[in-house]
Amino acid sequence: MATKVQPMTGAPAANATTLSNEEILRYSRHLIMPEVGMEGQLKLKNSKVLLIGTGGLGAPLGLYLAAAGVGRLGLVDFDVVDLTNLQRQVTFGSSDVGKPKTEAARERLSSLNPDIQIDTFETKLTSDNALELFKDFDIIVDGTDNFPTRYLVNDACILLGKPNVYGSIFRFEGQVTVFGMPEGPCYRCLYPEPPPPGLVPSCAEGGVLGVLPGIVGSLQAMETIKLILGRGDSLAGRLLLFDALAMKFRELKLRKNPNCPMCGEHRTINKLIDYYEFCGVRGEEAPDSNVQVPEITPRELKSRLDRGDDLFILDVREPHEFQICNLNGNLIPLGELPRRVHELDSSREIVAHCRSGKRSAEAVDFLRKAGFRKILNLKGGILAWSDEVDPSVPKY
Amino acid sequence: MGVKVIIPTPLRVYAGKRDSTEVKAATVGEALGRLTTEFGDLRKHLFTEEGKLRSFVNVYVNDEDIRYLAKENTPTKDGDTISIVPSIAGGSSLVRRCCSRPHA
Repeated sequence: MATKVQPMTGAPAANATTLSNEEILRYSRHLIMPEVGMEGQLKLKNSKVLLIGTGGLGAPLGLYLAAAGVGRLGLVDFDVVDLTNLQRQVTFGSSDVGKPKTEAARERLSSLNPDIQIDTFETKLTSDNALELFKDFDIIVDGTDNFPTRYLVNDACILLGKPNVYGSIFRFEGQVTVFGMPEGPCYRCLYPEPPPPGLVPSCAEGGVLGVLPGIVGSLQAMETIKLILGRGDSLAGRLLLFDALAMKFRELKLRKNPNCPMCGEHRTINKLIDYYEFCGVRGEEAPDSNVQVPEITPRELKSRLDRGDDLFILDVREPHEFQICNLNGNLIPLGELPRRVHELDSSREIVAHCRSGKRSAEAVDFLRKAGFRKILNLKGGILAWSDEVDPSVPKY
Repeated sequence: MGVKVIIPTPLRVYAGKRDSTEVKAATVGEALGRLTTEFGDLRKHLFTEEGKLRSFVNVYVNDEDIRYLAKENTPTKDGDTISIVPSIAGGSSLVRRCCSRPHA
């Protein structure tokens, strides 16, 4: 059966017009659905999808798109699998810890479906490589985890005229939509500007329930497959909100902003820009160095405690973090510090700490402004304490 | 019955951990005013120092973006739902990105 298949966008590839008998068996549950059928399965086989990020959202995306028979899957990630990933990044197994994510994902996805082509790009997506990476693909799927990359993916998709299947998550909540369709809105229509770094939730409020990226990434996979098949109503123009705690899906209208600098009638952004500058961060870790305060290293602290110095250990983490591990400190969460400052004795020497040293730096800064003079920040927090002094203290 | 305001996960910590609240208000501006009076910590997350709604926070009345209605003067009536929808970026490793040490 010779079905003519038009690639959705991009340069025409060598189009497959048939499936092998083995492929027919593999995809039989698709083939017997009239909404997919032989024609749809060949569209999938001839499609080229680029996944930005192979983490939480990328896991179900990679698995379902590979299983569905998307002919060419590109994977972009520069990260290495670590143990904290396995709670949600279900593409990876324990034996993958330490491997580049793109490599571990390639092994898993090719074992799932050896008939597809998997191209890995072990690199950070940047303004210098994005257009080159995107140009060979029909659909870009955004599974990244930071604002600069989200704006970069959006702008590159608009410049190249490619759909951007968007998903993002926070703790129990997810957002899904499709940007970059010819008449549809783009990410900048929804959010013209990113939040300033100071207003991005800190690690005290971070975390994500492992199933959530599974659900949101699966919704993105579904939207991707619908775009390839040209079936159903895409989420373009609609923002789907998912609240896993309430177990509610809601939908909001997403309009194309006629004055959008990227996709509006008078485009003012004609090339990729410096997205870290746009988002107000010099680099991913830049916010850590915002506050300069006096510090003490874990080893210095240990030797002073061993000497019997009178030090008040102030733990500014949250109670649920204290339960994971602690340094026998006195717990006053950063957010409660302003109203509980009277509990502290400014005549005693205080060492403040948190998990990584960032929140406690804010605490030290706050207390110094409140008149405390003998106060130090534990450099690197519990993570550094575990590395340098007491490995029996778990890192999280 | 008033206007229901749905508070998104990232902002619940500034709103007494509530996921929604109900206010009496004839406009969106009034509703957000009531909300930030009740929960003072929310103010800086919703408004700039000049009192303008922040551009990374979108507000909807029912399913419509107020930027395409009458912005903060958009009228509200009992039974309406106001949604506050901030941009979230998380995808895979939010915790690690925000406060971990630089990775290799």
